[in-house]
Amino acid sequence: MSIDLKTVKHISKLARISVDDEKANKLQGDLNNIFEFIEKLNELNTDNVQALTSIAETTLRFRKDEIKSENIREKILKNSPEENKDFFVVPKVVE
Amino acid sequence: MSDITSQSLFELISNIKEKKLSSEEITKAFINRAEKSKKLNVYVTDNFEKAIDQSKKFDSNPNLDFKLPGIPIAVKDLFCTNGVRTTAGSKILNNFVPTYESTVTQNLWSQGAILLGKLNCDEFAMGSSNETSFFGNVQNPVGENLVPGGSSGGSSAAVAANLTPVTIGTDTGGSIRQPASFTGTVGLKPTYGSCSRYGIVAFASSLDQAGPMTKNVRDCSMLLEVISSFDQKDSTSIDFKRNNYSKELSKDIKGKKIGIPKEYRVDNMPVEIEQLWQNGISYAKDCGAEIIDISLPHTNYALPTYYIVAPAEASSNLARYDGVKYGFRSPGQNLIEMYEKTRSEGFGDEVKRRIMIGTYVLSSGYYDAYYLKAQKVRQLIKKDFDNAFSKVDAILTPSTPSSAFKIGEKANDPVSMYLNDIFTVPINLAGLPGISIPAGKDKNNYPLGLQVIGKPFDEQNILNISYALEDKINFKNDISDWWLSE
Repeated sequence: MSIDLKTVKHISKLARISVDDEKANKLQGDLNNIFEFIEKLNELNTDNVQALTSIAETTLRFRKDEIKSENIREKILKNSPEENKDFFVVPKVVE
Repeated sequence: MSDITSQSLFELISNIKEKKLSSEEITKAFINRAEKSKKLNVYVTDNFEKAIDQSKKFDSNPNLDFKLPGIPIAVKDLFCTNGVRTTAGSKILNNFVPTYESTVTQNLWSQGAILLGKLNCDEFAMGSSNETSFFGNVQNPVGENLVPGGSSGGSSAAVAANLTPVTIGTDTGGSIRQPASFTGTVGLKPTYGSCSRYGIVAFASSLDQAGPMTKNVRDCSMLLEVISSFDQKDSTSIDFKRNNYSKELSKDIKGKKIGIPKEYRVDNMPVEIEQLWQNGISYAKDCGAEIIDISLPHTNYALPTYYIVAPAEASSNLARYDGVKYGFRSPGQNLIEMYEKTRSEGFGDEVKRRIMIGTYVLSSGYYDAYYLKAQKVRQLIKKDFDNAFSKVDAILTPSTPSSAFKIGEKANDPVSMYLNDIFTVPINLAGLPGISIPAGKDKNNYPLGLQVIGKPFDEQNILNISYALEDKINFKNDISDWWLSE
């Protein structure tokens, strides 16, 4: 199976990465080489194999629902993209 | 006393404890050497001024009970360090200054270590040569214009060039062991769940582990002892009894069963690597170990599996870099354009390639064919190891299929670059501990490594086997300091 240019553009849309035609052509070549190598997995019959979803084989731990009042407001605001002492100001992302 | 910067961690600590050296003397020695070593490009951000202040503070009231008393250490720039810029080798995090500390680095500072600076690495740890870093190539001190391996390339180069006594890297598919092999140093990837992932910039969460990179096996055991800890802040951290790895380090490996997997004898492997492996086998026998031929039948499927699982997880993890809340932002006419421009300009080519692979294999209609398939094959790979470990205590293989290559040599061929990790990737997929130790040189005099793989949580055993082999191999990394400036 090979990945065509239309698919490359579709994936780039899904991944929110803009690509121009030149980049898309280059990516198409790279992706096809990589997927050709990945297709090797089809040699294996895995019908009766259980998928491995977690290597750690542990169930997630619960912790007590405790309020920890660390005053980290200033720390958090330090990485705000715009200078503001009260709020984390970001572009509007919800219409 | 030998030159300060060439001393092992063990020697430096002894000298501090015996008051033969101060933390300030040691810290300044490493800083002076770094100032003359800019050509190697190991540092993304240095912390030299603060490090000197901290060393003076340590000397004024030294606590010699610490495990790393006043020892300056540089770390891979993938660990979040409170108040010190953390880039992950990416333009998108060029100006990111964390307000919190990763657990493994906190473990270093809690035992008296001092941050020297942040070391170059492949962008988001995606690479095997350090060539994908936004901050440029790192030179391998072994030879000019050679890659130091990757992704922990700044780390491996810094240890080999005596710019830090030891360091910590991260390993998702070989990123500690392959650069260690390329630079004649020791690198250990612990069992998944041993070292907390809290505060490490995420690449592929089911595979990522932090681990020590050092000049020798004893230093490796000492550093592992400090960084390995159970951590509530990482939901995959495992609460098991951790050894005093350095205290229990022993060359006695008599009667240990060591497996040799036939599938690691790959086509076109240089004869020197086959020879190195045979030497390792004889040394293990000399130490009284029993050599057993084993089979890991799905070895050839590990790399294709990895190149589905790792990019899939990466594409999800890297969705957070959207230009909205932090990091680099490129403005656009509308929200979607802003996202697309930010990510297109902020990520490098390899990272974009992997996000695209991951997005594709997780996309509607392809999930079962690729992602689910890969998870099933991952199960088969893990079962291979389970079966092998019912017969043996550890497995011995080469670390890499070649020695260090020239900068630029493989940069335009992603698949040939990926093949570097053919011997290291299966270990991450199975969550096992693995260590690379320098074991010899090829015809160009470039170092080559051997890998010892252990059962889960059996770091002590692979350290002990490595310690015994290291003694027999007696590797010398004759590095000429060719890069030093006045």
